[in-house]
Order: sequence, then C-alpha cells, then structure tokens
Amino acid sequence: MQKRKLSALLLGATIASSGFAATDIEWWHAMGGALGEKVNSIVADYNASQDAYNVKAVYKGNYTETMTSAIAAFRAKQQPELVQVFEVGTASMMAAEGAIYPVHQLMRDSGQAFDGDKYLSAVTGYYTDNDGQMLSMPFNSSTPVLYYNKAMLAKAGVTPPTTWEEMETVGEKLLASGAKCGFTTAWQSWVHLENMSSRHNEPFATKANGFGGMDTRLAFNSPLQVKHISKMGEWQKNGIFSYSGRRNDGSAKFYSQDCAMYTESSAGYAGITKNAKFDFGVVELPYWAGEVKQPSNTIIGGASLWVLKGHQTEEYRGVASFLSYLSSADVQADWHQFSGYLPITTAAYNLTKGEGFYAKNLGTEIAVQQMTTGTPSENTKGLRLGNFIQIRGMIDEALESVWNGDADAQSALDNAVARGNKLLSKFEKAND
Amino acid sequence: MLASNTIPGILMTVTFPHKTLPWLLIAPQLLVTLIFFLWPAGQAIEQAFYQEDAFGLSREFVGLENFIELLQDPYYYNSIGVTLVFSLAVAVSGLSIALILATMADRIIRGQMVYQTLLIWPYAVAPALAGVLWWMLFDPAQGPIALWLEYMGIEWNHYVDGGDAMILVVIAATWKQISYNFLFFLAGLQAIPRSLIEAAAIDGAGPVRRFWDIVFPLLSPTAFFLLVMNIVYAFFETFGVIDATTAGGPGQSTKILVYKVYEDGFVGLDLGGSAAQSVILMMIVGLMTVVQFRFIERKVQY
Repeated sequence: MQKRKLSALLLGATIASSGFAATDIEWWHAMGGALGEKVNSIVADYNASQDAYNVKAVYKGNYTETMTSAIAAFRAKQQPELVQVFEVGTASMMAAEGAIYPVHQLMRDSGQAFDGDKYLSAVTGYYTDNDGQMLSMPFNSSTPVLYYNKAMLAKAGVTPPTTWEEMETVGEKLLASGAKCGFTTAWQSWVHLENMSSRHNEPFATKANGFGGMDTRLAFNSPLQVKHISKMGEWQKNGIFSYSGRRNDGSAKFYSQDCAMYTESSAGYAGITKNAKFDFGVVELPYWAGEVKQPSNTIIGGASLWVLKGHQTEEYRGVASFLSYLSSADVQADWHQFSGYLPITTAAYNLTKGEGFYAKNLGTEIAVQQMTTGTPSENTKGLRLGNFIQIRGMIDEALESVWNGDADAQSALDNAVARGNKLLSKFEKAND
Repeated sequence: MLASNTIPGILMTVTFPHKTLPWLLIAPQLLVTLIFFLWPAGQAIEQAFYQEDAFGLSREFVGLENFIELLQDPYYYNSIGVTLVFSLAVAVSGLSIALILATMADRIIRGQMVYQTLLIWPYAVAPALAGVLWWMLFDPAQGPIALWLEYMGIEWNHYVDGGDAMILVVIAATWKQISYNFLFFLAGLQAIPRSLIEAAAIDGAGPVRRFWDIVFPLLSPTAFFLLVMNIVYAFFETFGVIDATTAGGPGQSTKILVYKVYEDGFVGLDLGGSAAQSVILMMIVGLMTVVQFRFIERKVQY
C-alpha cells in the first residue's frame, strides 16, 4: 500500500515536471557537509524562482575528485553543463580551449546582462584572460588570515602580531607563558609561499605568475621566500611554529589550545566558530616589515564555475540565467555570510556591510579588506600555472624536508623549483 | 555422453564430443579477465607511448619518452625503495604476527570460536577506514597512543617525521592483513596430523623443536602462498591506507609506486607518464612472482 502510494506520487511528479518541459542543467560541485546543504538550498530557490530550467546539483567528492570526474566525463562525452573547479586547476581548464565555454561569451550569446566591472577585481582577476574577460564564474573564494586564541595571548601579555618580526617575540612570550606552540598552519604552500609572495609584491613565478604565457617558470626560491621558510624552519625547532599536516589538520592543535595562533583560510571561520571552545580573534596575515613598508593584497583560493562545451543552446541559456542568479547581490551576500567565503561583487559586499553583519561578527571583514588592499599588481593578481596540483605536492614535500631538518630552506626551495619547472615545460609542450 | 577412444588395455583418453561446451563453461572467467584485466592493461600499454592533454583533445606519439623520463627521475627510484621497504615490512610483520596468533589460537580449547572471530574481524574493515583509525590513534595532538608515547618520553609526529609515518602506514596495512594470514595459518595448523606431533613429543622433542622441525615445514606451502599474496597486497591494495592518511608524505617518505601512479595520473592528469608507471609496475610484480616461484618455492615442502 505504502509502496503503491509512493510510486503514484513519483509518477505524478514525473508527469508534472515533463509537463513544463523544463530544461535540465547539471552542476557538479565539491561542497560537502553544511556547504553542500547550502548549495542545495540555493539551487532549490533558483528552481522555484522560474520554470524554464531545472538545475540539478550533484556532489562529486573533493575538489580533485570533482575535477577529475568532469574531465573523465568529458572524454566519454557525458560532461555536465557546469562544474566547480578549484583555483589550482584554473590553468588546466584555460588551456583546454576545445572543452570550455568562456563565461563572458556565454553571457553575451545568451543575452544575459553582464558587466565584468561589477565583480571584485581581486577575485575575478584570477579567472580572467589577458584581455580582462572572465572565463569562469567565481563562486567560493577565500584568502588566508591569522586566527588567535584571545585568552592564551592575554596570558602571555601580548597582542596578535601584524608582522613576522613580531611573530618571533610573541611566539617566545607565548612559550614562556606555558603554551606548547606559538602557531600552526593549514595549506602551507598556499599561505606561506603563494600568499607570502603576493603580500610582498614578489613574483611566485615569472611571466606575471603565468598570466603572461605558458613559458612561465617558478621563482619562489628568491631571498624573501628563502628567508621566510628558513625562519619557519627555525621556529619549528624552537616551538614557535608547529607543523601539522598539508591540509587543515592544524585546526586540531588550535582547538586543543596547544597552539595559540593559526594561519588558515578565511573560509575556516565557520568551522572555528563551531569547534573552538574559547574566544578567538582574526587579524590580517602578517608580513615582513623589513621587506615592505606597505603589504600588498593577498590572493585567493577556492573555486570557480566552468561551463563545458558540447551541449545545446537552450541548455546554455539556462546556465547563463543560473549564473546571473548566483551572482545577484542577495544570493551572494547570503552565501558570503553563511560560509565565510568572499563576496564576489561589490554590491554583495555593500549589502552585507549595510546589514551590519561585519559589526556583529567581528573579524569577518578582515579577509575582504586584506584582499582589496590597493590595486592588484602582476605579482598579486593570482597564479596561473599548469600542472599546479602536482607542483603543490612537490612544494609540500620540500617544505616538510625543511620542517624535519633534512634540508635547508635554500636547497629545498631550489629543488622544488627545479622539479616544478620540469612539469611546467611539460605542460607548455602538451598545450602548444 | 562421453565417447572414448580406447585401445583396450593400453591407455584410455577421454574426449568431449562438444567443442563449444568447454568454451562456454570457461567463458565467464575469460570474459572477466578480458574486460577487467587484458583490455585495460592493453590500453595502459598503448597510453604509455603517448602524451595527451587531460581532456583528450590532442594526442601525440612520443615513443619511449615517458619511460626515459621516469628512469631518469631520482624520485621514481626513491618510490621504488619506499615500496620495497613498505612491502617487506608489511609481509614480514603480517606473516609472523599472524603465525604467532594462529599457533596460540590453535592451542586454546575453551572459547576458541570467540578468539578466532575477534581476530578475523579487522579483515572486514575497509583499508581507508583502517588507515584513518590508526591515524587518529596516533594523532600527535590528541591520539591516545601518541599521548602515551609522549608520556613515555618518545617523541611522535607522523606529520613531520618520515620514519614515524612509515611505521604508522605499516601498522595500519598489517593490522588488516593479519586476519587474512591468520585464517590460512589456522587452517594449515589444523590440517597437520596430531599423530606426527605426538610422536615427536614421545621422542622427547620440546614445543620449540616440534614447531621448527614438524609444524613449520608442514606449514611452508601455506606460508609461501601467503608471502606471494601479502606482497601483492602491499603493492596494490594498500592504496586506500596511504591515501586516507599520509598521502605519500611527509616528503616522499610513504609514496609507494601504486600511489604515485594514482597521483600522477588522476591528480596530476599526466596520463602518459602514469601509464608508463603502471606498465613498469606490472613488470615488477610479474618479475617478483616469477622469482618467488623459481627460488623460494624450491624450499617449500608439499
């Protein structure tokens, strides 16, 4: 009986949806847990707001898995219309000209109003071509900041460091006050090399960090980066820094109050709020005062949405309409406030500010301010490197060899640069 | 119905009248081998001679370039070394611990089933879960074992120390495999006739002597089979353990060959290079199996 009711219901639902003949659009994404639920509710709202298109959001695992399955699907001609790709996959997507449908072109072809200037350039810069045209739609972008444990810092009688020079004295005082470690980090390559470089307006790679051409080569073995990494190696020995894994495993040490500070993505805010059983604060990522007077903007991490070729015009109209919906101020502001990811349009930022969100949730604005410091230069616009996923792996390995004392900073970074350059030339050769 | 060509009194051969029936009977197995082994293996071999972009939009024949590049890469040799250390450690500790447990379980009279069942349990745990389980037990910040080690004055940090990480993945991989080995050893032990052992005991051989002179030689076919299986396990099936825990790190210290294939192919999207690695891996395991059968099997007494 129960079963029959259910199947009648299902049948009814099928007839109802086919009656409207809504065009189905598939969106593969990598947002699990609470973020995934939020994505589903955004999609449900969009589907309810009109009846021409029906977006189906499909969770495909982590970033790497999502990207890999989209590529495999493309090879099998089963690709979705829309896929979320993390920032390190950007160069690979861009190089695949036969597979992607640039967003600016899609919007124009589908007759959607679209103005690239309404987006925060610090965010979209990562995803635009050399003529400033947006190739993919930014969705969730974040940037690294410094979280700190208020009570532990108060006990040591210090304020959170704004420079790395201060980090040393703050760290020493923390250790003296009984803390097990000064700070730990998540995503070491992203925070301590990629963003370190942009914060000091230094190149991470030649040719404007890869934006200027595929013949780019890595450059993160310059004095600034060597100095920073060798200092961190020293700190790892004396306890000011404590390494705890390649991803965001470091949160455990911050939550357990072993470490008083934590450099992590601004999008970690929601998780920290939920798990930290103490008062915490957020400040901007430190910089070396001896190297620059005024720090530059940091770059983003996170993901953007790419449109894949091989579908019908009508489906692309739907994608364009959905992307417009996603970047509307209301949806953006809601997503930004919920997740801690950066707003992608100025309107969403102003809306959030107007609602008094930043005043109520101290620290949430830090990331936006840090991202939008000054005008991005060619060293701070972002990174566009082929095979970047593997290069990050090589950097992780090099950094770990510094933390455990197997290598000094200079030789470890030289080594990572040499290994990574081989991959870059391979990428250049495969895509010329 | 069987027809027999017989020359009475000299020899008898039996032939089947149907040519198709035997083929039909082995067809399912052949099909499985063809679809799930030969076909992909063939594709891997083909792929190894090409360089291709991730989306399959362009493809270029490069001859042996992928192989040459691999063989010139010091990190590849490092990965081979890591794999050997890892597989030997897993096989040796897995076999010896399982053998000890099996001999002990074989002696127990009361509650034998309970012990056996408990010892077999870990086999049902998925490799990735086994990895995560041990990973958490050893977590330097909150894992009970790591905290106990710290209390004992032993510093433990598998995030930084390559040796610690290796020990951890060996424990996780072995723990799962012990159950499998245990089952076979126990069956082997129970197949040894009691009379042999009792006779030796009457002749005055102590338990240790009885084990090495009677039980162990009679177990050697089982042990040999398990050695082959364990090496294959350590080479291929431990992927989940590594992926869920160290992801090959810290540095390169736990990057076994099969993980490198995955990382370069599925994460790095370097299909040609990854295919070349699979081909070499296939050859290594083939070679090892041949060596095991030629040299070690000679010492086995059936």
